Amino acid sequence: MTVKQISVFLENRYGQLHEITDILAKAGIDLRAINIAETTDYGIVRLLVDDVPAATDVLIGAGCVVSVNPVQVIAVANKSGGLNEVLGKIAAANIDIEYMYSTVDGANEEAKLVFKVDKPEELEKII
Amino acid sequence: MENYFQKEYETMPREQIKALQNEKFLKQIQHVWNDCPDYRKKMEAAGVTPDDIKSIDDISKLPFLSKDDLREGYPYAMLAKPLSECVRIQSTSGTTGKRVIAYYTQHDIDIWEECCARAITAAGGTKEDVVHVSYGYGLFTGGPGLNGGSHKLGCLTLPMSSGNTDRQLQFMTDLGSTIICCTPSYAAYLAESIKERGLRDKIKLKAGIFGAEAWSEEMRRDIEASLGIKAYDIYGLTEISGPGVSFECSEQTGMHINEDHFYVEIIDPDTGEVLPEGEEGELVFTSLDKEAFPVIRYRTKDICVLSTEKCSCGRTFIKMVKPRGRSDDMLIIKGVNVFPSQIEAVLLEQGYQANYQLVVDRVNNSDTLDVNVEMTPEKFTDNLGEVAEMEKKLVGALKAMLGIYAKVHLVAPKSITRSEGKAVRVIDNRKI
Repeated sequence: MTVKQISVFLENRYGQLHEITDILAKAGIDLRAINIAETTDYGIVRLLVDDVPAATDVLIGAGCVVSVNPVQVIAVANKSGGLNEVLGKIAAANIDIEYMYSTVDGANEEAKLVFKVDKPEELEKII
Repeated sequence: MENYFQKEYETMPREQIKALQNEKFLKQIQHVWNDCPDYRKKMEAAGVTPDDIKSIDDISKLPFLSKDDLREGYPYAMLAKPLSECVRIQSTSGTTGKRVIAYYTQHDIDIWEECCARAITAAGGTKEDVVHVSYGYGLFTGGPGLNGGSHKLGCLTLPMSSGNTDRQLQFMTDLGSTIICCTPSYAAYLAESIKERGLRDKIKLKAGIFGAEAWSEEMRRDIEASLGIKAYDIYGLTEISGPGVSFECSEQTGMHINEDHFYVEIIDPDTGEVLPEGEEGELVFTSLDKEAFPVIRYRTKDICVLSTEKCSCGRTFIKMVKPRGRSDDMLIIKGVNVFPSQIEAVLLEQGYQANYQLVVDRVNNSDTLDVNVEMTPEKFTDNLGEVAEMEKKLVGALKAMLGIYAKVHLVAPKSITRSEGKAVRVIDNRKI
């Protein structure tokens, strides 16, 4: 499934991540998944949220640098070998993974895998 | 209302300009010799009397005047008229030492405001315009100068002064300001605020007159695009009169110096030797008809080039290209001359905004240069590799321009303090 992910530029200093979660919490936004990629100076925090337009608005309004882009979300059963199976298919299809992260949905006993790949259409096809 | 494209002066043939300057210069020398004890002392110390000065070609016999000369005699240094004949003072910011106080008679104010009126006219201004002056008022010459020029021209003048951006934007939209006068860094800040508030369609600006700090061609293009205006440079120093010593015309290729009031030379800043037209050096000005506070061969520390090439606007006054920077803005890092304006040009060319700060330090006896640049939405992506690549590209471009390595730090937007007057671009932590 294709979903919209919000990326926010993060300066590497105390309290920056909290500033962002605070903005979202005050706006009543529910975080579905979060991932951080960083260098020594700065980072990118990637978010899946329940209300993308509202979250984007409050973040931009607060002066954050924001980028919204599509990612692929794949649900797998939360059991041993679940991720391994998906990655096997991706490798066999010669799809390049730019980055990925995962989140566990306790209610459905499912893991959600979030992928940014070079060929999103093909990923949709093979899963 | 008088027309301030004063063609009888501004388009004079070069020989006539020289003749006019010669006549006024000899009078100005007589005036300082007779009426200004500080100057007479200076001339005597250099062994020169007015008899040695037969024409303006003898100017190089006269000593230079430096900012220190003006500071030393505080508060009445170089005053050439009784205080009872003076009507105004203006003063420098005094950030680098004691303040310099400049005195004006009514005649001096008239000349200064006339120069500013010429600048507004050259930027397309007429009495129909609404001139929004966001330079600081008070001792700083920016506000009073453009304010006076705008009055002379008969424009509706908004004496906004600097700061309080919300009020600036309210008056700008409600009263339909057509010409804005401020520092280029404040213009960039206003442009950003207008974009954020979605006011672009509500502003009627057509031109901006920006000065009091060095700015790059790239910054000009950025401001022009974001505000939808033509951006004109203006130059001046309190010591010489204030803004309007020179100004840009429609060609935007340099600033015409008001040569009927100021004589200009370019010198080698190290030797003091006068350089021929076209060579880069320090600007030196001599006032030609000032009463209260004449300056003879004042060293500005601004580095630039002069040109008398024919200008499409018809003005024959000599042009100075945009100063590359002040010789005292120049940083020497690892023995290399670095002007903040060079770094700004690279940033804008690479798609960043002119929101940056340079931090210079010395670590283990070696100079370091750190450039803090704000991330912009246009450049940001979710891909760390791409962001790192952009940063690397910027480091490479800076290296190519400066010849030294600069460490780049991408920082959050708005984390670099915005200036409402002159921008603080450089923090030099070196203890030498």
